[in-house]
Amino acid sequence: MADETKIKEELESKFGYLKDKTVLKRDRRIYVDINAENFHEVFQYIAKNMHFNALPAVIGLDEGATFGIIYVLCKDGSVLLDLKVHLDKSDPEIESVSKYFLSADAYERELTDLLGIRVKGLPNGPRYPLPDDWPAGEYPLRKDWKGSRCEVSEGDNNA
Amino acid sequence: MHDIHDFGDVKVPVGPQHPALKEPESFLITLRGEKITAMSIRMGYNHRGIEKACEERSYIQSMYLLERVCGICSHSHSTCYVQAVEEIAALDVPRRAKYIRTLVGELERIHSHLLWLGVAGHEIGFDTLLMYSWRDREIVMDLLAKLTGNRVNYGINTIGGVRRDVTSDQMKDVLRSMDLLEERTKYYIELAQDEITLAKRLSGVGKLTYDDVIKLGAVGPTARASGIARDIRKDDPYAAYGELDFKVITDDHCDVFGRTVVRLKELLESYKIIRQISEKMPEGPLTVRAPRKIPEGEAIARYEAPRGEDVHYVKSNGTERPDRVKVRAPTLANIQAVARMLEDGYLADMPIVIAAIDPCFSCTDRTTLINDTGLRKKETMDWATLRSLGIESYKRRGVCFDKLNRKLEKGLKK
Repeated sequence: MADETKIKEELESKFGYLKDKTVLKRDRRIYVDINAENFHEVFQYIAKNMHFNALPAVIGLDEGATFGIIYVLCKDGSVLLDLKVHLDKSDPEIESVSKYFLSADAYERELTDLLGIRVKGLPNGPRYPLPDDWPAGEYPLRKDWKGSRCEVSEGDNNA
Repeated sequence: MHDIHDFGDVKVPVGPQHPALKEPESFLITLRGEKITAMSIRMGYNHRGIEKACEERSYIQSMYLLERVCGICSHSHSTCYVQAVEEIAALDVPRRAKYIRTLVGELERIHSHLLWLGVAGHEIGFDTLLMYSWRDREIVMDLLAKLTGNRVNYGINTIGGVRRDVTSDQMKDVLRSMDLLEERTKYYIELAQDEITLAKRLSGVGKLTYDDVIKLGAVGPTARASGIARDIRKDDPYAAYGELDFKVITDDHCDVFGRTVVRLKELLESYKIIRQISEKMPEGPLTVRAPRKIPEGEAIARYEAPRGEDVHYVKSNGTERPDRVKVRAPTLANIQAVARMLEDGYLADMPIVIAAIDPCFSCTDRTTLINDTGLRKKETMDWATLRSLGIESYKRRGVCFDKLNRKLEKGLKK
Protein backbone atom coordinates (compact mmCIF):
# COMPACT_ATOMS: atom_id res chain seq x y z
CA MET A 1 0.00 0.00 0.00
CA ALA A 2 3.07 2.26 -0.27
CA ASP A 3 1.73 4.01 -3.31
CA GLU A 4 -1.70 4.50 -1.78
CA THR A 5 -0.24 5.97 1.41
CA LYS A 6 1.83 8.41 -0.64
CA ILE A 7 -1.25 9.55 -2.53
CA LYS A 8 -3.12 10.08 0.74
CA GLU A 9 -0.23 12.09 2.21
CA GLU A 10 0.11 14.23 -0.91
CA LEU A 11 -3.60 15.05 -0.92
CA GLU A 12 -3.69 15.86 2.78
CA SER A 13 -0.63 18.12 2.67
CA LYS A 14 -1.89 19.97 -0.40
CA PHE A 15 -5.45 20.41 0.83
CA GLY A 16 -5.69 20.86 4.60
CA TYR A 17 -9.43 20.22 4.65
CA LEU A 18 -8.93 16.69 3.38
CA LYS A 19 -7.40 15.59 6.68
CA ASP A 20 -9.53 12.77 8.13
CA LYS A 21 -11.54 12.79 4.91
CA THR A 22 -9.17 10.50 3.04
CA VAL A 23 -9.50 6.82 3.84
CA LEU A 24 -7.50 3.88 2.55
CA LYS A 25 -10.19 1.21 2.36
CA ARG A 26 -8.00 -1.62 1.14
CA ASP A 27 -5.24 -2.25 -1.38
CA ARG A 28 -5.79 -0.10 -4.49
CA ARG A 29 -8.86 1.67 -3.07
CA ILE A 30 -8.70 5.25 -1.79
CA TYR A 31 -11.81 7.05 -0.68
CA VAL A 32 -12.10 10.84 -0.42
CA ASP A 33 -15.15 12.69 0.87
CA ILE A 34 -15.34 16.30 -0.24
CA ASN A 35 -17.51 19.41 -0.09
CA ALA A 36 -19.07 20.75 -3.28
CA GLU A 37 -17.17 24.07 -3.07
CA ASN A 38 -13.76 22.34 -2.93
CA PHE A 39 -14.60 19.74 -5.53
CA HIS A 40 -13.25 21.36 -8.63
CA GLU A 41 -9.84 22.35 -7.34
CA VAL A 42 -9.20 18.88 -5.91
CA PHE A 43 -10.44 17.13 -9.03
CA GLN A 44 -8.25 19.29 -11.23
CA TYR A 45 -5.20 18.63 -9.07
CA ILE A 46 -5.75 14.85 -9.08
CA ALA A 47 -6.38 14.73 -12.83
CA LYS A 48 -3.53 17.03 -13.83
CA ASN A 49 -0.79 16.57 -11.24
CA MET A 50 -1.18 13.10 -9.80
CA HIS A 51 -1.17 10.91 -12.94
CA PHE A 52 -4.71 9.73 -12.50
CA ASN A 53 -5.29 9.27 -16.20
CA ALA A 54 -8.63 7.45 -16.46
CA LEU A 55 -12.17 7.95 -15.27
CA PRO A 56 -13.77 4.49 -15.27
CA ALA A 57 -17.11 5.64 -13.83
CA VAL A 58 -19.20 8.46 -12.43
CA ILE A 59 -21.86 7.19 -10.02
CA GLY A 60 -24.91 9.21 -9.02
CA LEU A 61 -26.64 8.51 -5.70
CA ASP A 62 -29.83 9.61 -4.03
CA GLU A 63 -28.74 9.85 -0.39
CA GLY A 64 -32.04 11.04 1.01
CA ALA A 65 -31.29 14.59 2.06
CA THR A 66 -28.60 15.12 -0.59
CA PHE A 67 -27.42 13.80 -3.92
CA GLY A 68 -24.03 12.14 -3.99
CA ILE A 69 -21.73 11.79 -6.96
CA ILE A 70 -18.74 9.49 -6.87
CA TYR A 71 -16.03 10.18 -9.44
CA VAL A 72 -13.97 7.02 -9.80
CA LEU A 73 -10.46 7.97 -10.94
CA CYS A 74 -7.84 5.42 -11.87
CA LYS A 75 -4.05 5.56 -11.85
CA ASP A 76 -2.15 3.34 -14.30
CA GLY A 77 -5.03 0.89 -14.45
CA SER A 78 -4.49 -0.13 -10.85
CA VAL A 79 -5.28 2.28 -7.98
CA LEU A 80 -8.84 3.59 -7.77
CA LEU A 81 -9.63 6.87 -6.07
CA ASP A 82 -13.30 7.49 -5.28
CA LEU A 83 -13.98 11.19 -4.95
CA LYS A 84 -17.39 11.61 -3.36
CA VAL A 85 -19.15 14.96 -3.46
CA HIS A 86 -22.51 15.85 -1.95
CA LEU A 87 -25.00 18.25 -3.53
CA ASP A 88 -27.93 20.06 -2.06
CA LYS A 89 -31.18 18.61 -3.39
CA SER A 90 -32.88 21.98 -3.86
CA ASP A 91 -30.40 23.09 -6.50
CA PRO A 92 -28.28 20.17 -7.69
CA GLU A 93 -25.65 21.50 -10.04
CA ILE A 94 -22.06 20.47 -10.67
CA GLU A 95 -19.38 21.52 -13.12
CA SER A 96 -18.57 19.09 -15.91
CA VAL A 97 -15.25 17.23 -15.83
CA SER A 98 -15.40 16.43 -19.54
CA LYS A 99 -12.58 18.90 -20.18
CA TYR A 100 -10.25 16.55 -18.29
CA PHE A 101 -11.75 13.26 -19.43
CA LEU A 102 -13.62 13.00 -22.72
CA SER A 103 -15.13 9.77 -21.42
CA ALA A 104 -17.05 11.77 -18.79
CA ASP A 105 -19.59 12.86 -21.40
CA ALA A 106 -21.91 9.83 -21.26
CA TYR A 107 -21.53 9.40 -17.51
CA GLU A 108 -22.55 12.99 -16.83
CA ARG A 109 -25.54 12.80 -19.15
CA GLU A 110 -26.69 9.83 -17.06
CA LEU A 111 -26.61 12.04 -13.96
CA THR A 112 -28.89 14.51 -15.70
CA ASP A 113 -31.30 11.94 -17.15
CA LEU A 114 -31.61 9.57 -14.23
CA LEU A 115 -31.22 11.84 -11.20
CA GLY A 116 -31.91 15.33 -12.50
CA ILE A 117 -28.51 16.77 -11.58
CA ARG A 118 -27.58 19.69 -13.86
CA VAL A 119 -24.08 19.45 -15.28
CA LYS A 120 -22.58 22.83 -16.19
CA GLY A 121 -20.32 23.01 -19.22
CA LEU A 122 -21.28 19.78 -20.96
CA PRO A 123 -20.95 20.15 -24.74
CA ASN A 124 -24.19 19.98 -26.74
CA GLY A 125 -25.24 16.49 -27.71
CA PRO A 126 -28.03 13.93 -27.55
CA ARG A 127 -29.43 12.91 -24.16
CA TYR A 128 -28.49 9.57 -22.61
CA PRO A 129 -29.89 7.02 -21.83
CA LEU A 130 -33.62 7.87 -21.74
CA PRO A 131 -35.82 8.27 -24.84
CA ASP A 132 -36.38 11.69 -26.42
CA ASP A 133 -40.08 11.68 -25.49
CA TRP A 134 -39.44 10.93 -21.81
CA PRO A 135 -41.64 13.24 -19.69
CA ALA A 136 -39.82 16.22 -18.19
CA GLY A 137 -39.13 16.19 -14.48
CA GLU A 138 -39.24 12.40 -14.11
CA TYR A 139 -35.96 11.05 -12.72
CA PRO A 140 -36.05 7.24 -12.32
CA LEU A 141 -33.11 6.85 -9.94
CA ARG A 142 -34.57 9.20 -7.34
CA LYS A 143 -35.82 7.18 -4.39
CA ASP A 144 -39.28 8.73 -4.48
CA TRP A 145 -39.78 7.88 -8.15
CA LYS A 146 -42.27 5.15 -9.06
CA GLY A 147 -42.41 3.46 -12.47
CA SER A 148 -46.18 3.77 -12.74
CA ARG A 149 -45.80 7.54 -13.17
CA CYS A 150 -44.45 7.17 -16.68
CA GLU A 151 -46.72 4.93 -18.64
CA VAL A 152 -45.78 4.54 -22.24
CA SER A 153 -48.68 3.78 -24.53
CA GLU A 154 -48.21 1.30 -27.32
CA GLY A 155 -47.53 2.64 -30.78
CA ASP A 156 -45.60 5.64 -29.50
CA ASN A 157 -42.32 4.24 -30.69
CA ASN A 158 -42.71 5.36 -34.25
CA ALA A 159 -43.21 8.99 -33.34
CA MET B 1 -17.00 12.51 -65.48
CA HIS B 2 -19.21 12.48 -62.49
CA ASP B 3 -17.52 14.05 -59.45
CA ILE B 4 -18.85 12.71 -56.18
CA HIS B 5 -17.35 15.68 -54.34
CA ASP B 6 -19.84 17.93 -56.06
CA PHE B 7 -22.45 16.96 -53.55
CA GLY B 8 -20.65 18.63 -50.66
CA ASP B 9 -21.45 17.25 -47.22
CA VAL B 10 -24.14 14.60 -47.06
CA LYS B 11 -25.66 13.51 -43.76
CA VAL B 12 -26.60 9.85 -43.47
CA PRO B 13 -28.48 8.42 -40.51
CA VAL B 14 -27.53 4.85 -39.63
CA GLY B 15 -29.86 3.27 -37.08
CA PRO B 16 -31.43 2.85 -34.65
CA GLN B 17 -32.70 0.01 -36.86
CA HIS B 18 -30.25 -0.77 -39.62
CA PRO B 19 -29.08 -3.90 -41.47
CA ALA B 20 -25.45 -3.18 -40.57
CA LEU B 21 -26.12 -3.05 -36.84
CA LYS B 22 -26.68 -6.05 -34.59
CA GLU B 23 -28.36 -4.01 -31.86
CA PRO B 24 -30.30 -0.74 -31.93
CA GLU B 25 -28.02 2.28 -31.78
CA SER B 26 -28.05 5.42 -33.84
CA PHE B 27 -25.22 7.08 -35.76
CA LEU B 28 -25.49 10.32 -37.69
CA ILE B 29 -22.68 10.41 -40.21
CA THR B 30 -21.49 13.34 -42.27
CA LEU B 31 -20.00 12.22 -45.55
CA ARG B 32 -17.90 13.93 -48.16
CA GLY B 33 -17.91 11.53 -51.04
CA GLU B 34 -17.18 8.14 -49.52
CA LYS B 35 -15.28 9.59 -46.56
CA ILE B 36 -16.66 10.20 -43.11
CA THR B 37 -15.92 13.73 -41.91
CA ALA B 38 -17.92 13.75 -38.69
CA MET B 39 -20.29 11.59 -36.73
CA SER B 40 -22.44 11.66 -33.64
CA ILE B 41 -23.76 8.73 -31.68
CA ARG B 42 -27.08 8.39 -29.86
CA MET B 43 -27.27 5.48 -27.43
CA GLY B 44 -29.86 4.34 -24.94
CA TYR B 45 -32.19 2.23 -27.10
CA ASN B 46 -31.51 -0.78 -24.91
CA HIS B 47 -32.11 1.00 -21.62
CA ARG B 48 -34.11 -1.41 -19.45
CA GLY B 49 -34.01 0.16 -16.00
CA ILE B 50 -32.00 -2.71 -14.47
CA GLU B 51 -30.18 -0.52 -11.94
CA LYS B 52 -33.48 0.76 -10.58
CA ALA B 53 -34.96 -2.76 -10.64
CA CYS B 54 -32.09 -4.01 -8.45
CA GLU B 55 -33.12 -1.60 -5.72
CA GLU B 56 -36.45 -3.44 -5.47
CA ARG B 57 -34.95 -6.91 -5.31
CA SER B 58 -32.96 -8.89 -2.79
CA TYR B 59 -29.20 -9.23 -3.22
CA ILE B 60 -29.48 -12.69 -4.70
CA GLN B 61 -32.36 -11.74 -7.05
CA SER B 62 -30.33 -8.77 -8.23
CA MET B 63 -27.46 -11.10 -9.03
CA TYR B 64 -29.65 -13.13 -11.40
CA LEU B 65 -31.00 -9.95 -12.94
CA LEU B 66 -27.55 -8.48 -13.47
CA GLU B 67 -26.40 -11.72 -15.06
CA ARG B 68 -28.97 -10.89 -17.73
CA VAL B 69 -27.50 -7.47 -18.48
CA CYS B 70 -25.68 -9.22 -21.29
CA GLY B 71 -26.10 -12.54 -23.06
CA ILE B 72 -22.43 -12.95 -23.82
CA CYS B 73 -20.49 -11.66 -20.85
CA SER B 74 -23.15 -12.65 -18.31
CA HIS B 75 -20.64 -14.26 -15.95
CA SER B 76 -18.59 -11.06 -16.01
CA HIS B 77 -21.48 -9.02 -14.68
CA SER B 78 -22.60 -11.51 -12.04
CA THR B 79 -19.05 -12.05 -10.78
CA CYS B 80 -18.31 -8.34 -10.69
CA TYR B 81 -21.49 -7.73 -8.69
CA VAL B 82 -20.98 -10.55 -6.17
CA GLN B 83 -17.40 -9.41 -5.63
CA ALA B 84 -18.66 -6.00 -4.58
CA VAL B 85 -21.30 -7.52 -2.26
CA GLU B 86 -18.78 -9.93 -0.77
CA GLU B 87 -16.38 -7.07 -0.12
CA ILE B 88 -19.03 -5.14 1.82
CA ALA B 89 -20.09 -8.21 3.82
CA ALA B 90 -16.40 -9.12 4.39
CA LEU B 91 -16.96 -12.67 3.17
CA ASP B 92 -13.93 -14.87 2.68
CA VAL B 93 -14.81 -16.74 -0.48
CA PRO B 94 -13.32 -20.27 -0.54
CA ARG B 95 -10.36 -20.72 -2.88
CA ARG B 96 -12.02 -23.53 -4.80
CA ALA B 97 -14.96 -21.25 -5.56
CA LYS B 98 -12.56 -18.60 -6.84
CA TYR B 99 -10.94 -21.13 -9.15
CA ILE B 100 -14.31 -22.27 -10.50
CA ARG B 101 -15.33 -18.65 -11.13
CA THR B 102 -12.06 -18.11 -12.98
CA LEU B 103 -12.60 -21.28 -15.02
CA VAL B 104 -16.08 -20.23 -16.13
CA GLY B 105 -14.80 -16.68 -16.74
CA GLU B 106 -12.08 -17.90 -19.08
CA LEU B 107 -14.44 -20.27 -20.90
CA GLU B 108 -16.71 -17.28 -21.36
CA ARG B 109 -13.83 -15.25 -22.78
CA ILE B 110 -13.05 -18.04 -25.25
CA HIS B 111 -16.66 -18.24 -26.37
CA SER B 112 -16.86 -14.46 -26.69
CA HIS B 113 -13.61 -14.05 -28.65
CA LEU B 114 -14.53 -16.89 -31.02
CA LEU B 115 -17.93 -15.33 -31.51
CA TRP B 116 -16.26 -12.01 -32.26
CA LEU B 117 -13.91 -13.58 -34.78
CA GLY B 118 -16.92 -14.95 -36.65
CA VAL B 119 -18.73 -11.62 -36.61
CA ALA B 120 -15.61 -9.85 -37.84
CA GLY B 121 -15.26 -12.38 -40.64
CA HIS B 122 -18.88 -11.84 -41.59
CA GLU B 123 -18.55 -8.05 -41.63
CA ILE B 124 -15.73 -8.20 -44.18
CA GLY B 125 -17.46 -10.78 -46.36
CA PHE B 126 -15.30 -13.66 -45.16
CA ASP B 127 -18.12 -15.94 -44.08
CA THR B 128 -15.99 -19.08 -44.16
CA LEU B 129 -14.26 -17.70 -41.06
CA LEU B 130 -17.66 -17.22 -39.43
CA MET B 131 -18.59 -20.86 -40.12
CA TYR B 132 -15.24 -22.14 -38.84
CA SER B 133 -15.01 -20.07 -35.67
CA TRP B 134 -18.64 -20.55 -34.69
CA ARG B 135 -18.24 -24.30 -35.14
CA ASP B 136 -15.32 -24.15 -32.71
CA ARG B 137 -17.30 -21.95 -30.37
CA GLU B 138 -19.85 -24.76 -30.02
CA ILE B 139 -17.17 -26.80 -28.24
CA VAL B 140 -16.99 -24.15 -25.50
CA MET B 141 -20.74 -23.72 -25.39
CA ASP B 142 -21.14 -27.46 -24.82
CA LEU B 143 -18.53 -27.34 -22.06
CA LEU B 144 -20.33 -24.46 -20.36
CA ALA B 145 -23.64 -26.33 -20.62
CA LYS B 146 -22.06 -29.43 -19.08
CA LEU B 147 -20.36 -27.54 -16.26
CA THR B 148 -23.11 -25.11 -15.34
CA GLY B 149 -26.29 -26.48 -16.91
CA ASN B 150 -26.68 -23.46 -19.20
CA ARG B 151 -25.25 -22.31 -22.50
CA VAL B 152 -25.65 -18.67 -21.55
CA ASN B 153 -26.45 -17.03 -18.20
CA TYR B 154 -24.59 -19.80 -16.41
CA GLY B 155 -25.93 -19.11 -12.93
CA ILE B 156 -22.76 -20.54 -11.39
CA ASN B 157 -22.25 -17.73 -8.88
CA THR B 158 -23.90 -17.15 -5.59
CA ILE B 159 -23.06 -14.61 -2.91
CA GLY B 160 -20.18 -16.22 -1.03
CA GLY B 161 -19.09 -18.76 -3.64
CA VAL B 162 -20.35 -20.94 -6.46
CA ARG B 163 -23.38 -23.22 -6.78
CA ARG B 164 -21.84 -26.21 -8.54
CA ASP B 165 -18.66 -28.18 -8.22
CA VAL B 166 -16.50 -29.27 -11.13
CA THR B 167 -15.66 -32.97 -11.10
CA SER B 168 -12.32 -34.36 -12.24
CA ASP B 169 -14.04 -36.09 -15.16
CA GLN B 170 -15.48 -32.76 -16.28
CA MET B 171 -12.05 -31.19 -15.94
CA LYS B 172 -10.62 -33.90 -18.23
CA ASP B 173 -13.28 -33.01 -20.79
CA VAL B 174 -12.31 -29.35 -20.51
CA LEU B 175 -8.62 -30.12 -21.03
CA ARG B 176 -9.30 -32.29 -24.09
CA SER B 177 -11.32 -29.47 -25.63
CA MET B 178 -8.57 -26.95 -24.85
CA ASP B 179 -6.09 -29.04 -26.89
CA LEU B 180 -8.46 -29.08 -29.82
CA LEU B 181 -9.22 -25.35 -29.57
CA GLU B 182 -5.54 -24.48 -29.25
CA GLU B 183 -4.81 -26.23 -32.51
CA ARG B 184 -7.68 -24.39 -34.21
CA THR B 185 -6.65 -21.01 -32.77
CA LYS B 186 -3.07 -21.46 -33.95
CA TYR B 187 -4.45 -22.02 -37.43
CA TYR B 188 -6.44 -18.77 -37.20
CA ILE B 189 -3.36 -16.86 -36.05
CA GLU B 190 -1.44 -18.26 -39.00
CA LEU B 191 -4.34 -17.24 -41.20
CA ALA B 192 -4.37 -13.69 -39.82
CA GLN B 193 -0.63 -13.35 -40.39
CA ASP B 194 -0.26 -15.03 -43.77
CA GLU B 195 -3.58 -14.63 -45.51
CA ILE B 196 -3.23 -11.48 -47.56
CA THR B 197 -6.95 -10.66 -47.85
CA LEU B 198 -7.40 -10.48 -44.09
CA ALA B 199 -4.37 -8.26 -43.55
CA LYS B 200 -5.23 -6.03 -46.49
CA ARG B 201 -8.85 -5.57 -45.47
CA LEU B 202 -8.13 -4.87 -41.81
CA SER B 203 -4.81 -2.99 -41.76
CA GLY B 204 -5.05 0.76 -41.35
CA VAL B 205 -8.79 0.54 -40.80
CA GLY B 206 -10.22 2.15 -37.66
CA LYS B 207 -6.97 3.76 -36.48
CA LEU B 208 -6.74 4.57 -32.79
CA THR B 209 -3.41 5.81 -31.46
CA TYR B 210 -1.92 5.27 -28.01
CA ASP B 211 -2.75 8.87 -27.07
CA ASP B 212 -6.32 8.52 -28.30
CA VAL B 213 -6.84 5.54 -26.00
CA ILE B 214 -5.59 7.49 -22.99
CA LYS B 215 -7.68 10.53 -23.89
CA LEU B 216 -10.87 8.64 -24.69
CA GLY B 217 -10.52 6.02 -21.97
CA ALA B 218 -10.85 2.95 -24.19
CA VAL B 219 -10.51 -0.44 -22.47
CA GLY B 220 -9.91 -4.12 -23.13
CA PRO B 221 -8.63 -5.54 -26.42
CA THR B 222 -9.37 -2.17 -28.07
CA ALA B 223 -6.82 -0.47 -25.77
CA ARG B 224 -4.35 -3.36 -25.83
CA ALA B 225 -4.27 -3.32 -29.65
CA SER B 226 -2.94 0.27 -29.35
CA GLY B 227 -0.03 -0.82 -27.19
CA ILE B 228 -1.55 -0.24 -23.76
CA ALA B 229 -0.91 -3.11 -21.36
CA ARG B 230 -4.04 -2.66 -19.27
CA ASP B 231 -5.81 -5.73 -17.97
CA ILE B 232 -7.76 -5.82 -14.71
CA ARG B 233 -6.74 -9.47 -14.22
CA LYS B 234 -3.18 -8.15 -13.71
CA ASP B 235 -3.75 -4.58 -12.52
CA ASP B 236 -6.34 -5.31 -9.85
CA PRO B 237 -6.33 -9.13 -9.45
CA TYR B 238 -9.58 -10.81 -8.46
CA ALA B 239 -10.79 -14.42 -8.19
CA ALA B 240 -7.78 -16.74 -8.75
CA TYR B 241 -5.86 -14.53 -11.20
CA GLY B 242 -3.28 -13.47 -8.60
CA GLU B 243 -2.08 -17.10 -8.42
CA LEU B 244 -2.01 -17.78 -12.15
CA ASP B 245 0.65 -17.07 -14.71
CA PHE B 246 -0.40 -15.41 -17.96
CA LYS B 247 0.69 -12.63 -20.29
CA VAL B 248 -1.14 -9.42 -21.10
CA ILE B 249 -1.25 -9.43 -24.89
CA THR B 250 -0.62 -6.14 -26.63
CA ASP B 251 -0.08 -5.12 -30.21
CA ASP B 252 1.03 -1.90 -31.85
CA HIS B 253 -0.89 -1.99 -35.11
CA CYS B 254 -3.50 0.37 -33.57
CA ASP B 255 -6.14 -0.80 -36.07
CA VAL B 256 -8.74 -3.51 -36.61
CA PHE B 257 -6.00 -5.93 -37.64
CA GLY B 258 -4.28 -5.36 -34.28
CA ARG B 259 -7.55 -5.94 -32.43
CA THR B 260 -7.93 -9.25 -34.26
CA VAL B 261 -4.41 -10.36 -33.38
CA VAL B 262 -4.84 -9.38 -29.70
CA ARG B 263 -8.06 -11.39 -29.34
CA LEU B 264 -6.59 -14.44 -31.08
CA LYS B 265 -3.48 -14.43 -28.91
CA GLU B 266 -5.61 -13.90 -25.80
CA LEU B 267 -7.36 -17.15 -26.65
CA LEU B 268 -4.01 -18.95 -26.30
CA GLU B 269 -3.49 -17.29 -22.89
CA SER B 270 -6.96 -18.44 -21.82
CA TYR B 271 -6.12 -22.06 -22.70
CA LYS B 272 -2.93 -21.68 -20.63
CA ILE B 273 -4.90 -20.29 -17.68
CA ILE B 274 -7.42 -23.13 -17.82
CA ARG B 275 -4.65 -25.75 -17.81
CA GLN B 276 -3.17 -24.10 -14.71
CA ILE B 277 -6.58 -24.07 -13.04
CA SER B 278 -6.83 -27.80 -13.64
CA GLU B 279 -3.42 -28.35 -12.00
CA LYS B 280 -3.84 -25.99 -9.09
CA MET B 281 -7.53 -26.29 -8.23
CA PRO B 282 -7.62 -26.68 -4.44
CA GLU B 283 -10.00 -28.96 -2.61
CA GLY B 284 -12.44 -27.44 -0.18
CA PRO B 285 -15.90 -26.02 0.29
CA LEU B 286 -17.74 -24.11 -2.45
CA THR B 287 -19.46 -21.43 -0.41
CA VAL B 288 -19.38 -19.53 2.82
CA ARG B 289 -22.66 -18.62 4.39
CA ALA B 290 -23.78 -15.16 3.31
CA PRO B 291 -26.16 -13.10 5.43
CA ARG B 292 -29.49 -12.14 3.90
CA LYS B 293 -29.09 -8.61 5.17
CA ILE B 294 -25.85 -7.04 4.03
CA PRO B 295 -24.32 -4.57 6.52
CA GLU B 296 -24.13 -0.92 5.57
CA GLY B 297 -21.27 -0.05 3.25
CA GLU B 298 -20.18 0.44 -0.34
CA ALA B 299 -17.69 -1.15 -2.69
CA ILE B 300 -16.46 -0.94 -6.24
CA ALA B 301 -15.51 -4.15 -8.02
CA ARG B 302 -13.73 -4.49 -11.33
CA TYR B 303 -13.62 -7.40 -13.75
CA GLU B 304 -11.83 -7.90 -17.04
CA ALA B 305 -14.73 -8.89 -19.27
CA PRO B 306 -14.00 -10.14 -22.80
CA ARG B 307 -14.71 -6.57 -24.03
CA GLY B 308 -12.69 -4.80 -21.35
CA GLU B 309 -13.04 -3.39 -17.88
CA ASP B 310 -16.42 -3.92 -16.24
CA VAL B 311 -17.12 -1.81 -13.14
CA HIS B 312 -19.86 -2.48 -10.59
CA TYR B 313 -20.65 -0.27 -7.63
CA VAL B 314 -22.87 -1.54 -4.82
CA LYS B 315 -24.13 0.47 -1.86
CA SER B 316 -25.89 -1.33 0.98
CA ASN B 317 -28.04 0.09 3.77
CA GLY B 318 -28.26 -2.85 6.18
CA THR B 319 -31.43 -4.29 4.65
CA GLU B 320 -31.85 -7.27 2.35
CA ARG B 321 -31.98 -5.06 -0.74
CA PRO B 322 -29.17 -3.00 -2.25
CA ASP B 323 -29.52 0.76 -1.94
CA ARG B 324 -27.83 1.40 -5.26
CA VAL B 325 -26.22 -0.71 -7.97
CA LYS B 326 -24.30 0.91 -10.78
CA VAL B 327 -22.92 -0.88 -13.83
CA ARG B 328 -20.33 0.59 -16.16
CA ALA B 329 -19.97 -1.87 -19.03
CA PRO B 330 -16.86 -1.84 -21.22
CA THR B 331 -18.70 -0.76 -24.37
CA LEU B 332 -19.62 2.59 -22.83
CA ALA B 333 -15.91 3.23 -22.39
CA ASN B 334 -15.13 2.14 -25.93
CA ILE B 335 -18.00 3.64 -27.92
CA GLN B 336 -16.52 7.11 -27.66
CA ALA B 337 -13.40 5.86 -29.36
CA VAL B 338 -15.45 4.65 -32.32
CA ALA B 339 -16.08 8.20 -33.52
CA ARG B 340 -12.31 8.79 -33.55
CA MET B 341 -11.66 5.49 -35.35
CA LEU B 342 -14.12 6.35 -38.11
CA GLU B 343 -12.97 9.93 -38.65
CA ASP B 344 -11.53 10.25 -42.14
CA GLY B 345 -12.37 6.60 -42.80
CA TYR B 346 -14.64 5.15 -45.45
CA LEU B 347 -18.35 4.58 -44.95
CA ALA B 348 -17.88 0.97 -46.08
CA ASP B 349 -15.52 0.42 -43.13
CA MET B 350 -18.13 1.39 -40.61
CA PRO B 351 -19.57 -2.08 -39.87
CA ILE B 352 -16.18 -3.67 -39.23
CA VAL B 353 -14.86 -0.71 -37.22
CA ILE B 354 -17.89 -0.76 -34.96
CA ALA B 355 -17.69 -4.55 -34.72
CA ALA B 356 -14.00 -4.29 -33.82
CA ILE B 357 -14.68 -2.90 -30.34
CA ASP B 358 -16.97 -5.95 -29.96
CA PRO B 359 -19.81 -3.69 -28.89
CA CYS B 360 -22.53 -4.81 -26.55
CA PHE B 361 -25.16 -2.12 -26.35
CA SER B 362 -27.48 -4.00 -24.03
CA CYS B 363 -24.67 -4.03 -21.47
CA THR B 364 -24.05 -0.39 -22.01
CA ASP B 365 -27.61 0.80 -21.73
CA ARG B 366 -28.64 -1.76 -19.06
CA THR B 367 -31.24 -0.22 -17.31
CA THR B 368 -37.13 -3.38 -18.12
CA LEU B 369 -39.60 -0.99 -17.45
CA ILE B 370 -42.65 -2.85 -18.61
CA ASN B 371 -45.83 -0.97 -18.01
CA ASP B 372 -48.96 -2.87 -18.64
CA THR B 373 -51.36 -0.22 -19.81
CA GLY B 374 -54.20 -2.67 -20.06
CA LEU B 375 -54.03 -2.79 -23.82
CA ARG B 376 -52.23 -6.08 -23.89
CA LYS B 377 -53.97 -9.24 -22.77
CA LYS B 378 -52.13 -10.96 -20.00
CA GLU B 379 -51.77 -14.69 -19.77
CA THR B 380 -50.14 -16.46 -16.87
CA MET B 381 -48.25 -19.62 -17.58
CA ASP B 382 -46.70 -21.79 -14.92
CA TRP B 383 -43.08 -22.79 -15.06
CA ALA B 384 -43.69 -26.45 -15.99
CA THR B 385 -45.89 -25.51 -18.98
CA LEU B 386 -43.40 -22.91 -20.14
CA ARG B 387 -40.56 -25.40 -19.86
CA SER B 388 -42.34 -28.20 -21.73
CA LEU B 389 -43.33 -25.73 -24.47
CA GLY B 390 -39.68 -24.81 -24.86
CA ILE B 391 -38.53 -28.43 -24.97
CA GLU B 392 -41.18 -29.33 -27.58
CA SER B 393 -40.28 -26.35 -29.72
CA TYR B 394 -36.62 -27.36 -29.77
CA LYS B 395 -37.48 -31.01 -30.49
CA ARG B 396 -39.47 -29.95 -33.55
CA ARG B 397 -36.31 -28.28 -34.79
CA GLY B 398 -34.29 -31.41 -34.16
CA VAL B 399 -32.56 -30.26 -30.97
CA CYS B 400 -32.91 -32.68 -28.08
CA PHE B 401 -31.31 -32.41 -24.65
CA ASP B 402 -32.87 -35.64 -23.25
CA LYS B 403 -29.59 -37.50 -23.17
CA LEU B 404 -27.76 -34.64 -21.49
CA ASN B 405 -30.59 -34.18 -18.98
CA ARG B 406 -30.54 -37.87 -18.05
CA LYS B 407 -26.80 -37.65 -17.57
CA LEU B 408 -27.15 -34.54 -15.41
CA GLU B 409 -29.90 -36.14 -13.31
CA LYS B 410 -27.73 -39.21 -12.77
CA GLY B 411 -24.90 -36.93 -11.68
CA LEU B 412 -27.17 -35.11 -9.22
CA LYS B 413 -28.46 -38.35 -7.65
CA LYS B 414 -24.95 -39.65 -6.94
